[in-house]
Amino acid sequence: MIDYSITELSNALRSGKFSSVELVQHYLQRIEAIDPQLNSFITITEQQALAAAANADALLQQGNDSPLLGIPIGHKDIFCTDGVRTSCGSKMLDNFIAPYSATAVSKLNDAGTISLGKLSMDEFAMGSSNETSFYGAVNNPWDTERVPGGSSGGSAAAVAAKLVVAATGTDTGGSIRQPAAFCGVTGIKPTYGRVSRYGMVAFSSSLDQGGIFARSAEDAALLLQTMSGHDPLDSTSIDQPAPDLTSGINQSIAGLRIGVVKEFFSEELAGQVATAVQTALAELEKLGAVLVDISLPKNKLAIPAYYVIASAEASANLARYDGVRYGHRADDPVDLEDLYKRSRTEGFGTEVKRRILTGTFVLSSGYYDAYYLQAQKVRRLIRDEFVEQFKEVDLIAGPTTPTTAFKKRAHSDDPVAMYLSDIYTTAVNLAGLPALSVPGPAVDGLPVGLQLIGNFLQENLLLRTAHQLQQATDWHLQSPDL
Amino acid sequence: MSVDRSDVEKAAHLARIGLSSTETDHHLQDLQQILSLIEQMQAIDTNNIEPLFSPLDAIQPMRKDQVTETDHRERFQSLAPATDKKHYLVPKVIE
Repeated sequence: MIDYSITELSNALRSGKFSSVELVQHYLQRIEAIDPQLNSFITITEQQALAAAANADALLQQGNDSPLLGIPIGHKDIFCTDGVRTSCGSKMLDNFIAPYSATAVSKLNDAGTISLGKLSMDEFAMGSSNETSFYGAVNNPWDTERVPGGSSGGSAAAVAAKLVVAATGTDTGGSIRQPAAFCGVTGIKPTYGRVSRYGMVAFSSSLDQGGIFARSAEDAALLLQTMSGHDPLDSTSIDQPAPDLTSGINQSIAGLRIGVVKEFFSEELAGQVATAVQTALAELEKLGAVLVDISLPKNKLAIPAYYVIASAEASANLARYDGVRYGHRADDPVDLEDLYKRSRTEGFGTEVKRRILTGTFVLSSGYYDAYYLQAQKVRRLIRDEFVEQFKEVDLIAGPTTPTTAFKKRAHSDDPVAMYLSDIYTTAVNLAGLPALSVPGPAVDGLPVGLQLIGNFLQENLLLRTAHQLQQATDWHLQSPDL
Repeated sequence: MSVDRSDVEKAAHLARIGLSSTETDHHLQDLQQILSLIEQMQAIDTNNIEPLFSPLDAIQPMRKDQVTETDHRERFQSLAPATDKKHYLVPKVIE
């Protein structure tokens, strides 16, 4: 049953081949047996999952027709889950039991999905390797000496290892697409504003966007359309109903114009990864897509602009952790200043402090115009360049990452080298566009991701193209030996 | 742009983060490295370019002026390290 698609699982549940309780028990046993090798879960919610599965079985008996009813998933530990610890991978929130659920979580709960628990992540989603989690590094299921990517590394690793059918994630600079590429799964970040940010712990509010990891584009489409839609509780939520992402997914992509970004095949890109991505692009061509060479010269400015904007917004968002209302509080503070300072010093890890300090610096008096304002202007140039290209092409394509999954501790002492792992992904967040990563052919036993970038609100075209590719190839069906 | 220890110390004070002397050195090194990465952006001519603060150029939505929030004080305060008579407790501020 672990190899079934969501539609196959849904049919099996309805035909009585197995019950939701049996399905959940099977997955919980896999987590118990396999996760000690991976460390992908921070919290396993066994009792709640079994109770929800029993409820799903009752609803199935009554003929409830939700396609997601009884499907076991996991949530990145950045999404608030009512009554369940929501740590955000930080000591700061180690004791935080969320008093409400994120809108995205409520929507998935309402559709009948069953959460098996909370998945690990880089602390406050700051990282590209999942090594900054307070709960320890997550191991890549393809090679446990390597990182799963980050920040949604636990989600990607758990989906790749078939410990859940799918998992939520968030993407601020590549945090869904990069781990999806490193772990060989399908991961989509929708248009900024598609998925509500209500109840999603804030890192960089103008960049953060929730999305989904699954083993196929078809499964991802089912979940993403359920998570999406306008939410009055998020002032940046797009005022449009959730898109139908599944009904058009079988349409051909013949005639589709795909722009291949010249700058994404530069010297930073490992040769074998380039070849694998070219192979995947050639498959799209066989399916009738027309490949067009395009240039995005401003893309190289994305990493510097991103690190200014994301750090600035993080320094403001993380000011709320002060040891007063919730979260970590230092023992025996002598005064209020001491309470704030020691609670934050003890509660945050090194990378989070680094970003807060960078953000505080670029926003501080005398530097604001040169750094923050300049970055926001460059951001417009980056977005406009995409807008211009989308007059000529339907989708934009390239590699998701410059290399396959790197070894643990490879970049731990060099923040800039770590940041460059997101060289092809951050521009998409600055522009607010939707994008996904799908597996291409592996290199030396490690997955490679093909990145597809869509115009605003074009999640349907992205998922249709990924689905057509997956109908013609079996790269997404490869799985690690565990 | 050159930065020194005092810049790191000032940012750490503003952010209410305590740093040991060694940590200040590390963060200074990191900040210098990050700023040299950011420098690439400084050469770009952005005269007459408006900053883009949100990707969708969105405006703040309006809603009816009605009470929609319900009272969750007890639930929220159950998470607090210290409360008394519906208030959050902090060390004494006024003598």
